[in-house]
Amino acid sequence: MTDELPNIDAGADALPVAGQPLLRIENVAKTFGTFRAVDGVSLDIKAGEFFALLGPSGCGKTTLLRMLAGFEAPDGGRILLDGKDIAQALPHERPINMMFQNYALFPHLSVRDNIAFGLKRAGLARGEIATRVAEMVALVKLEGLEKRKPDQLSGGQRQRVALARALARRPKLLLLDEPLAALDKKLRESTQGELMELQRRLGMTFIIVTHDQEEAMTMASRIGVMKSGKLAQVAPPRELYEAPRSRWIAEFVGDINLFDGESRLRDGHRLVIGTRDAGALVVAEPREPLGAGKFSVAIRPEKVRLSRRGPVSEAGHETALNRLDGAIADICYLGGTTTYKVRLDTGGMIEASVANSARLDVDAYSLNQHVVAWFTPDDCVVLPS
Amino acid sequence: MSSRRIFARPARFAAITPYVWMVLFFLVPFAFVLKISLSQTAIAQPPYEPVFDLTAGWEALKAAFSALSIDNFRLLASDDIYVFAYVRSLTVAATATALLLLIGYPIAYGMARLPKRWRAVAMVLVIVPFWTSFLIRIYAWINILQHDGLLNQILLALHLVSQPVVWLSTDTAMYIGIVYSYLPFMILPLYATLAKMEPVLEEAAGDLGAPPWQVFWLVTFPLSLPGIGAGVLLCFIPIVGEFVIPDLLAGSNSLMIGQTLWLEFFTNKDWPVASAAAVVLLVVLLVPLLLYERLQKRQLEQGR
Repeated sequence: MTDELPNIDAGADALPVAGQPLLRIENVAKTFGTFRAVDGVSLDIKAGEFFALLGPSGCGKTTLLRMLAGFEAPDGGRILLDGKDIAQALPHERPINMMFQNYALFPHLSVRDNIAFGLKRAGLARGEIATRVAEMVALVKLEGLEKRKPDQLSGGQRQRVALARALARRPKLLLLDEPLAALDKKLRESTQGELMELQRRLGMTFIIVTHDQEEAMTMASRIGVMKSGKLAQVAPPRELYEAPRSRWIAEFVGDINLFDGESRLRDGHRLVIGTRDAGALVVAEPREPLGAGKFSVAIRPEKVRLSRRGPVSEAGHETALNRLDGAIADICYLGGTTTYKVRLDTGGMIEASVANSARLDVDAYSLNQHVVAWFTPDDCVVLPS
Repeated sequence: MSSRRIFARPARFAAITPYVWMVLFFLVPFAFVLKISLSQTAIAQPPYEPVFDLTAGWEALKAAFSALSIDNFRLLASDDIYVFAYVRSLTVAATATALLLLIGYPIAYGMARLPKRWRAVAMVLVIVPFWTSFLIRIYAWINILQHDGLLNQILLALHLVSQPVVWLSTDTAMYIGIVYSYLPFMILPLYATLAKMEPVLEEAAGDLGAPPWQVFWLVTFPLSLPGIGAGVLLCFIPIVGEFVIPDLLAGSNSLMIGQTLWLEFFTNKDWPVASAAAVVLLVVLLVPLLLYERLQKRQLEQGR
């Protein structure tokens, strides 16, 4: 519905050149005192992407976002938007808008004036502004609240105003700084869905900063994981989860069992890895050959299956399986799933997440019960430590 | 015995205290002044009549009451000296307050944007001059502004002037003195509102396409209005009645109302006219005072 309307700031030349990314971040760095907040980050973002910058607090993701918005000037590197370097441009000169973490709504202005703020600055005609505001109010379902001041709104409503205000100028790029952090869980989940739907409908490019890996996984089409000012991995959610590039990423994104490797042996397309805690494990050969350094075998808890006597016959060839004997050491019931901690006979611990597919607990394991934990070689990955 | 009774009495006492204070130290003295302003000057002790003598009986008291008149207020309205004094007081106060706002705002803004640990230092720097007696500080200014004072020496040394400038006994000197003395009263309320304001609001305005001057006018300035109001009134009201600074630093050709009051009281010994002038001053100042009250109330409501 907004496709035929021109972008205020970008004008007609906004059409992205084929093959050229909308945003290109080239070796951008920012130092505060002696602290390297962002340390040589390079990243391409295509038009229409929903990109998430994920990382623990202090990893530099917010600083990177603030450099995109123009609140911080990079010490080095270039930020190209449609091929034009904007690294040193002031915030008001950029066709980029931001939705702030705590919304930063103007407390002295009504909902309508908050949304109209950016449109007035763009010098739009009165009628055009009114139309655009009404459109935005409808888009975020705030009808009837136009005259309210921010302190007369609920948290969820404020979040919508902030979103409408940031979207009103139809920026080439929308930055969202922890947009859902202030909402409670239920509201957060429904808002995630709405944000994705909105992004898809408007065909806009979103960059979201979050420390919540579930949020990033749910919404983003691609995730950049940041650690100590550097991009540790950039990948679609599934690849990030199933093929993390390092032990740190594997541990940061979701839960994972890790076994330090002590020896390795090639066996066709498989590696047999000797571990101290879990004995010999058969794993698929990694895509990138392992270096000389330390490495570990990683397996997600939901890929570890439990049974009383061992794998059922249909599950695959006996030889292609990792089979670990142990006893249940801890049970954590989570509703949809139950997490069992199994103390292995070899000394280590392994966590298995089992879906509670039956309402009655006939299948549940009890404490100290002997079980077999098993998984296929393709379910594990070998990671450099 | 319910616990409510135990706490009710001290609470009520605490609630009454400010009213008792107001009645004892504001309303009663004001009643005296009002009564004197309706009396006539006399060569006596006290220097006015009638005097209410409660021991003289009911008739005497009634006669005293009927002797009160508003002649003094008529005099104030008819004599240019007083009208000019009021006008000058209000003009000086308005000009000085505008100067204070212009100088105080950037200082307060700068302080509010300092890193946290430096803010306390800046605050101390603003307050420290108060540790020296007000009179000593004004005399120091006389020293600085006099013919061979520090200011003229510096100007001469820098060859900005060829001969000493007359500063003392001019309005300039008076404004310097007033602005210097009242600056903290402007800075502190401004600082309080500006420090409370989230800087991210300014970033948001910039992000939405506002160049820096618009960010100031559309966001920073309106959000600091409560502080501006408080600072303006905190300065304007006492400056209208200011006596010491204009008396020591300004020329004697045009007087502010405070100086006029002094003249009437101590030189002319005309207590009734002086009291009438004071009553009028109070009424004039009541307007901004009520404004200030309303502003504070609104702020309290917003802060809930």
